[in-house]
Amino acid sequence: MIRYDILKTIAPILKEKLVVCNIGSPSQELYQLLDQPSNFYMFGTMGLCSSIGLGVALVQDQPVIAIDGDGSVLTNLATLSTIANNPADNFILLIVDNGSYGSTGDQPTYAGMATSLTEVARACGCRNVVECSAEETAAELEKALSSGKMTIIISKCQPGNVNVSVIDDDPVNIASRFSNSIKELNS
Amino acid sequence: MPTPTDKAILDSLVRNKIGFITSVPCKQLAGVIELVDNHEEIYHIPSNKEDEGMGLCAGAYLGGTRSAIIMQNTALGVAINSLVTLIQYYHIPLPMLISYRGEVGEKVACQVEMAIHTKPLLQQLNIPYFHFTKAEQVNGLDGILQHSQMCKKPIAILADASFWSSAS
Repeated sequence: MIRYDILKTIAPILKEKLVVCNIGSPSQELYQLLDQPSNFYMFGTMGLCSSIGLGVALVQDQPVIAIDGDGSVLTNLATLSTIANNPADNFILLIVDNGSYGSTGDQPTYAGMATSLTEVARACGCRNVVECSAEETAAELEKALSSGKMTIIISKCQPGNVNVSVIDDDPVNIASRFSNSIKELNS
Repeated sequence: MPTPTDKAILDSLVRNKIGFITSVPCKQLAGVIELVDNHEEIYHIPSNKEDEGMGLCAGAYLGGTRSAIIMQNTALGVAINSLVTLIQYYHIPLPMLISYRGEVGEKVACQVEMAIHTKPLLQQLNIPYFHFTKAEQVNGLDGILQHSQMCKKPIAILADASFWSSAS
């Protein structure tokens, strides 16, 4: 399975949930599969998906799922220490770990070589760290949501992207509909 | 020990409903950071790097809480991409309380190198900035914080060595 297959299997779970999605192919693929006002798509700032997601989770009560990638977590590796030391039980970080920089042509990342993000997350002090296969991801995500505990899921999958178009929407609109969803879900 | 000026900065942040603050430390900012960390109405989250901090602030703002970052001017070198493609691109207000290292009174020569680039970088990025040289300028902070929320832009408060040494 590649990232798109994972997104397809978790799309029903993501419905009407707050989702912060990583830059490039992940956001474009999610946009095609399940566009909704409660999705925040990143257009820039590689690496900050988990930081944005944690920020949202810390200031309100609804669950937040950040869909990140191995390459972007490596870009902002210290985020795992910030997450561990500022736990938000409504926060789930789903790292789609395909061992490659998917949006730029599937160049290999170190996460596909000697570095285990699962072990890094644990060493940073994250408590509920689950490594699973692509096939198990939907079940693990359901489990994390119902546990009510901050969870880091590392989903190991194959590299590869599908051919989808870029997101043709205005960033200010994306931000404002996301904020409005947060208000509605919390009201 | 926090000074009355540090306390005046904290009071202004609280008055303006800044409920989420991230910081990367600087000696000059130690008093403010201590007060922010101890204040129950502010969630203080130290970040490892300023671009990470900006991601956290963006998330908190989208989540409904006004945010701010406390950092050194050297951080501009780290954070330009985040300022442009996250904070500015999505119209997120972000007050930045910046210790303006490398101005007159600085003891570390290397800090001068980044001080030289600080204002030109902010100008190039179209980020409004306010240079604080005297403690009484803290009285203008309320207006600056409101300005940032009003125009939904990052704004920089550059507090230099003269400002901190005049603080009592």
